Amino acid sequence: MQRFVNDPDAIVEETVRGFVKVHSDLVRLDPANDRVVVSRDAPVQGKVGVVTGGGSGHEPAFIGYTGRNMVDAVAVGELFSSPTAKSFLDAIKAANGGAGVCVLYGNYAGDNMNVKMAMRMAKKEGIEVLTVVANDDVCSAPAAEREKRRGVAGEILMWKIGGAKAALGASAAEVQAAAQKAIDATRSIGVGLAPCTLPANGKPNFQIEPGKMEFGIGHHGEPGVNITELKSANEVADDMLKIVLDDHDLATGDEVCVLISGLGATPVNELYVLYDRIESQLAAQGITTYRGFAGNYFTSLEMMGATLTVMKLDDELKALLDHDVATPAMGVNG
Amino acid sequence: MSTFANAGAGAIIREVAAVIVENRGYLSEIDGKIGDGDHGNNMAKGFGRAAERITDADTLDAAMMTLSDVLMSEIGGSMGPLYGMFFADMADVIEGKEQIDVRTFGAMLAAGRDGVVAIGSAKVGDKTLLDTLFPAVDAFCAAGDDFPAALRAMTAAAEAGRDSTLDMVAKIGRASRLGERSRGVLDAGATSCCMILTAMAEQTAKRLA
Repeated sequence: MQRFVNDPDAIVEETVRGFVKVHSDLVRLDPANDRVVVSRDAPVQGKVGVVTGGGSGHEPAFIGYTGRNMVDAVAVGELFSSPTAKSFLDAIKAANGGAGVCVLYGNYAGDNMNVKMAMRMAKKEGIEVLTVVANDDVCSAPAAEREKRRGVAGEILMWKIGGAKAALGASAAEVQAAAQKAIDATRSIGVGLAPCTLPANGKPNFQIEPGKMEFGIGHHGEPGVNITELKSANEVADDMLKIVLDDHDLATGDEVCVLISGLGATPVNELYVLYDRIESQLAAQGITTYRGFAGNYFTSLEMMGATLTVMKLDDELKALLDHDVATPAMGVNG
Repeated sequence: MSTFANAGAGAIIREVAAVIVENRGYLSEIDGKIGDGDHGNNMAKGFGRAAERITDADTLDAAMMTLSDVLMSEIGGSMGPLYGMFFADMADVIEGKEQIDVRTFGAMLAAGRDGVVAIGSAKVGDKTLLDTLFPAVDAFCAAGDDFPAALRAMTAAAEAGRDSTLDMVAKIGRASRLGERSRGVLDAGATSCCMILTAMAEQTAKRLA
């Protein structure tokens, strides 16, 4: 295993410790819980708190989106494993400015249970908690069973929109509605070229043969819809876009936000290669890319591959997307 | 009618934990075939930590609460809340009891099972720990007032339940994405649940007077 590891069981603590040292201008560790990362600005009295959380190994997600005008507090789990209910509760408390808290998270069995328990505990402490569950991963379930779909990189756009809405002084119900609207307008797909390894296991949990690619792969190596020969970047981009567009009712004249994320080990320049093709293919269909992102925004350890996320925009979503943010993983300045 | 003393029975949970820690690699390996391969790591971490905090004098319910607290506040994942509720709701039933008889033990198991159902969203047949838990608890409760025989019935049903997941297609959790490809592999949760129930049965049987 060609990796930088001390004790595999200590890797999450060490990651979080390093992270808050590097980004001490924007974030801090919750003094009550070393598995909760909090924005320097939080809690803001009278502002709706925005919380998320998830397993580690997806850096810069989830902690990297903590900061100004985005996520107020993040619950940190073990590698690929949901944070505890207590960590979600402590994140809710750290983000609470007295106007309620919205927990915006991804649709995974563990996160659903731990958030549910944390909500119950928060209610006892008198904190109003609303949730939105991201389910943007097209290949994780058919359209008819959208409630079963997982949340992947589309969560970032959900946090961006929800965080901006909260920063503008909206109520908890309005923040929830905006975040829900954002995720409902978002579709994602992943393609894997090589697997990832949990350091404690020491070997990959699945295989992708050299020269092959797994289409529709999940953020933890969940198998995709099919395994095919590795194609050229343009063909892969076209195939990814087709799956997203087939699931999304986009029409000529629509405007979208495009986010391409690497899965960890793919060179960043190749993400721009994919982006280049996707934006021009969208343009060829009369769809305008209003704003784009390409980089390692939501990874899966050292998996090789990329995800494509497309969010359909209206005037409200455009304005919220343009709202300034300053976080370790994402900056928008007008 | 045979019973065992609640005081000091916390050691049962320490023995359960030892079995889980011993099987860390095996549980991760079977999880890795259709999940992400961390089941053994997280289970061993939680059960191992709890075992260090359980003393010889602890009652069974105190030990179960210690384990539940560690699972819920330090482990997370899916198994943290599922087993956390399982042990917390079992502990509620036996709290304050001096002796535990077969009916109390049955009520305890049923409460634990109900706790798992309440927090999760799986059903029997979805290829989860419920496929071990439901038949095992049913078998115990149907076995009548012979405590040792009920424990043996529970063990046999737990093993059969675990093995039944081999031919199931996962309907929930990470493995469900595999569809048909999840067939032919034991469910890791059903397997760890079988280890827990079997170890509990074995250690309880030793204490019956």
